Amino acid sequence: MSPTEIHQRLQDQHGDAITAFEADALDPFVLIKSDSIVEVCRFLHDDPDLAFDCLTNMSGVDFLKEDYIQVVLHLYSYTHRHAIVVKANVSREEPSMPSVEAVWKAANWLEREIYDLLGVVFTGHSDLRRLLMPEDWVGHPLRKDFVEPEEYHGISTRRESLLK
Amino acid sequence: MSLAGYEFEVQRDDGLATEEMTLNMGPQHPSTHGVLRFVVKADGEIMRTALPDIGYLHRSIEKISEKVGYHGFMPYTDRVDYVSAMQCNQGWAMVCERAAGIEVPRRGEFCRIIACELGRIASHLLSVGTMVMDIGGMTPFTHAIREREKVNNLLEDLCGARLTFNYMRIGGVAWDLPPGYAEQVTAFLDQFEPLIAEYNDLISYNKIYVERLANVAAVSKEEAINYNLVGPNLRGCGFQYDVRRDEPYSIYPELDFDVPVGTGEVGTLGDCFDRYIVRIKELKESCKIVRQCLDMIPDGPVLARVAKKLKPPVGDAHVRVEASRGDMGWYVVSDGSEFPYRTKIRTGSFSAMSIVDKLSRGIMIADLIALIASLDVVAPEVDR
Repeated sequence: MSPTEIHQRLQDQHGDAITAFEADALDPFVLIKSDSIVEVCRFLHDDPDLAFDCLTNMSGVDFLKEDYIQVVLHLYSYTHRHAIVVKANVSREEPSMPSVEAVWKAANWLEREIYDLLGVVFTGHSDLRRLLMPEDWVGHPLRKDFVEPEEYHGISTRRESLLK
Repeated sequence: MSLAGYEFEVQRDDGLATEEMTLNMGPQHPSTHGVLRFVVKADGEIMRTALPDIGYLHRSIEKISEKVGYHGFMPYTDRVDYVSAMQCNQGWAMVCERAAGIEVPRRGEFCRIIACELGRIASHLLSVGTMVMDIGGMTPFTHAIREREKVNNLLEDLCGARLTFNYMRIGGVAWDLPPGYAEQVTAFLDQFEPLIAEYNDLISYNKIYVERLANVAAVSKEEAINYNLVGPNLRGCGFQYDVRRDEPYSIYPELDFDVPVGTGEVGTLGDCFDRYIVRIKELKESCKIVRQCLDMIPDGPVLARVAKKLKPPVGDAHVRVEASRGDMGWYVVSDGSEFPYRTKIRTGSFSAMSIVDKLSRGIMIADLIALIASLDVVAPEVDR
């Protein structure tokens, strides 16, 4: 199916969840409301004509100026060999959205990584802990306004420039 | 790390209480393929869980990309998966070319594929060699490493480095093949290809080796897809899918090669042996691809003219590359400036590590070593 057909099918079933569709982008994407991500993903996964059985990539992007964090899901169907991108925006102040772990197990670690590096809380996640950073780390490093702490457990993070 | 939710009680039939053990494996452990740690909960020799604790090799490569610009990030991609850096180079080059709409000269594409497939041979040799070593066979490791050294010599001739190549550029490759390279590579392939059969005689169908791998930690096709297992781990489940063939990029559509899959020939479909044997079979396919490329390579430039300060239009792009550890996803967001706004790398080892917790339940502690080796996890690729 082409992205336009996929969008049409999604529009018929979950029209009120979709806020935008961009067919001309390099990777065509649908922008959906973050609250309804589980229903939309469940439909994309279960519908026999769509059958998006694989979550190939999931990223978080911090748009500081626009004041939201975007969660981007790259979906792929091994059954039909087609792809679509699903995006959802959450607020920067209290970023929270439902977890899609129940749909794709692969989301477990991908969501943990986004939680760790961008601070998006995935409600309903089975094991939402930091993945890469130490447990006692303060802040979320991939946020655009993240400031590196001066030291960590007495270890200075400052280095003299080698280019003197 | 917190282990809340993983406690369990062991009650024996004869009323005697037993105690579960919490063992630490790693972060410095010879068989963990880099610096990673497992918290193993075990009842005697049987594991309840093995929880991976990763992050020891987190070098914030994605964050660095936001500071160094599109061209400047290329050497960092070598460090994503230093065992097979060529495909990482290619992934980054391809995603930038897609975002900026750059066409790669045809000879450049051939140089890339030759380099990538040689890299795949080197990577699979290391994977296979260390797997045998983890299980207790020292000699085959030296055989595998001996051949890997020859591939490294070839790659050194190509780009001057043996591990972190920095060979590719956005728009092509940095250097053309050196004079006489085709003869050198062909001589290596002629000598190497018969050795694949020798590996099978020496290791693959060795009874002790088969007994250690057969029926251990089998993954079904559905489970593998749900956890997003990729590459040889996915093909080990008997599912014939290869990004090079099914979502073709570069010049792969013109090349003729098979996609080997696991068949469950010594045990259950999708067990450790199947994942292992797929890699052995892929060695042969990579040789086939390199030979074809050397025959077909046209003359011409290898590098397109690309702006020094590359500024892709506002938007995002995603590409998938079949690296040695499977489908690698590269995602880049551009805000129109000369620095990537966000880069995300989803690697094969990352998905493979996330399934370890599930697969480790109920298997022997010694089998965890076989499991990790068969998944071919490379720790820096998990952490980035």
